[in-house]
Amino acid sequence: MTATDTAPVSAARPRRRRLKPESLLDHAILICGALFMLTPIYLALTTASHDKVLTQREGLQWDFGSETLTNFNNAMFEPGGFTGDITGATMLMNSFILGVGFAVGKIILSMMAAYAIVYFRLRFATLAFWVIFTTLLLPLEVRIVPSYEVIQSMGLTNSYTGLIVPLLASATGTFFFRQFFLSIPEELVEAARIDGAGPFKFFVDILVPLSRTMIAAIFIIMFVYGWNQYLWPTLITTEEGLFTLVRGIRQIVQAMAEGSEIPDYGRAMALALIAMIPPVAIVVTFQSWFVKGLTESDK
Amino acid sequence: MKRARFDHRLLPVALLIPQLTIIAIFFYWPAWNAVQSSFYLQDPFGFGSQFVGMENYTRLWNSSEYMRVARFTLVFTLLVTGFSLGLALLLAVKADKVIRGARTYRTLLMWVYAVAPPVAGLIGVALFDQNIGAITDLFAALGYDYRLGVSYTDTAFAMVVVSVWIQTPVNFIFFLSGLQSIPKPVLEAAKIDNPSGFRRFRDITFPLLAPTAFFLLIINITYALFDTFGIIDTLVKNNPASNPMTLVYKVFIDGFRGNDIGGSSAQSVVLMVLVLILTVFQFRLLERRIHYT
Repeated sequence: MTATDTAPVSAARPRRRRLKPESLLDHAILICGALFMLTPIYLALTTASHDKVLTQREGLQWDFGSETLTNFNNAMFEPGGFTGDITGATMLMNSFILGVGFAVGKIILSMMAAYAIVYFRLRFATLAFWVIFTTLLLPLEVRIVPSYEVIQSMGLTNSYTGLIVPLLASATGTFFFRQFFLSIPEELVEAARIDGAGPFKFFVDILVPLSRTMIAAIFIIMFVYGWNQYLWPTLITTEEGLFTLVRGIRQIVQAMAEGSEIPDYGRAMALALIAMIPPVAIVVTFQSWFVKGLTESDK
Repeated sequence: MKRARFDHRLLPVALLIPQLTIIAIFFYWPAWNAVQSSFYLQDPFGFGSQFVGMENYTRLWNSSEYMRVARFTLVFTLLVTGFSLGLALLLAVKADKVIRGARTYRTLLMWVYAVAPPVAGLIGVALFDQNIGAITDLFAALGYDYRLGVSYTDTAFAMVVVSVWIQTPVNFIFFLSGLQSIPKPVLEAAKIDNPSGFRRFRDITFPLLAPTAFFLLIINITYALFDTFGIIDTLVKNNPASNPMTLVYKVFIDGFRGNDIGGSSAQSVVLMVLVLILTVFQFRLLERRIHYT
């Protein structure tokens, strides 16, 4: 990719000062960094293009084989798992439900809460603020066992609700929106009030349109976060029909460790690639929004 | 700060209730349960529990295995944080400097952010595999018999490499945006005063970047402690045995495999306190930062 991208540029401007040795070194370092990032994925791609027997016999291959379609087809549509009723396609759908459900739920809940905290005179606003923001302190991993027990006692294991809703119990989104709302000039509220707009009209007609970029950025970040969840789906979903792609990875690894047959590396790598394509595509396509949303969160 | 606000009694409450309910049920209740059951000894077969006071904690303190895991977690956190921050800083400085292909480099260096830790772990399993792994071949060429899952240090090595791989992009994004927000006149003035690139970086750029670096330091410690769960779980193939593991992984193993709810809860509480300390530290840094900028 690097070669093809830089080649036309240097061809179009051949006389525009030659590369200094120092900047040559800079490029060398950057190319090494890019290779460090890319090589594992390249090997996953080549492995997904070979038959498992070949991989087992001769190790990971650096060139492409002819089994790509078979492996991806197997990963996507061939039933697997213990009960045999789970395919890559089902997992893909579950991953989308988790990613989109989490992102949308997060945006709705946190916009409402942030709106209440920033734009209303509220007696217990400070208390509500702290109750919400304490959740920033303790990630789910820390309280994983008791959280599981709570969900279990509510009978929510093996359901989308049990999968998504507990993940929403954190303040990241509210924090983002609060910061953003505070940066909107308050003259807008004054003006809206003089014009007779109530809180509902102000929210729908002014605040939501103003927050569009922010909403998009948070959607991307939260979608990737939800899609990539591992520990929680591992605990909550034991029925294979509810597995997400990332959850399915655990099953593959387990089969590799326990199975007496040759591990199906081609299919495993194909599934790993399917699991990473949607979030990677979104992050790369909406790069500037995503970077803005991410880096603005620490202010 | 005084702001123009709406006067309404019920609406803000109604707006807050969904978020507060979810937090109460899925955050405060479990957190409270963890604290509570850390003082009890549960019967592994579910026949009631007995109040034991601080016993679960003293058991942890005296457990050589727990201390071993704690030591590994410390070393692991230091290595992952150090390498991923250092590498990201180097790459960000270079990516900020070059003119040609800057956008391409940025994309190539940041996209791994979106790869899930267990997916990275699975690729790591293939790369470091005893039979087929490319990195194992590399070690063999150097005359070293690399054995993932068998040798403690070899497994730890794979964990660190995969974690650094997946953590570098986030650091890169933050460092690059930090570098780009440094006012250009400052850098130009420094260039006139001091032609040495390295000294300019040490005396001007790095101090201006320090707030970002501190913020990232906390983020990275939290990451190494918690988010590496998926990497560790896949690399040891759900079979911790004699392999290295982090504190969070041990909470999971003891709670779900060992059915030691009391001990696992005590470990949770220890981690909670650790995170609290980190957060207080972070808030103080943030406050100072607002002061200066």
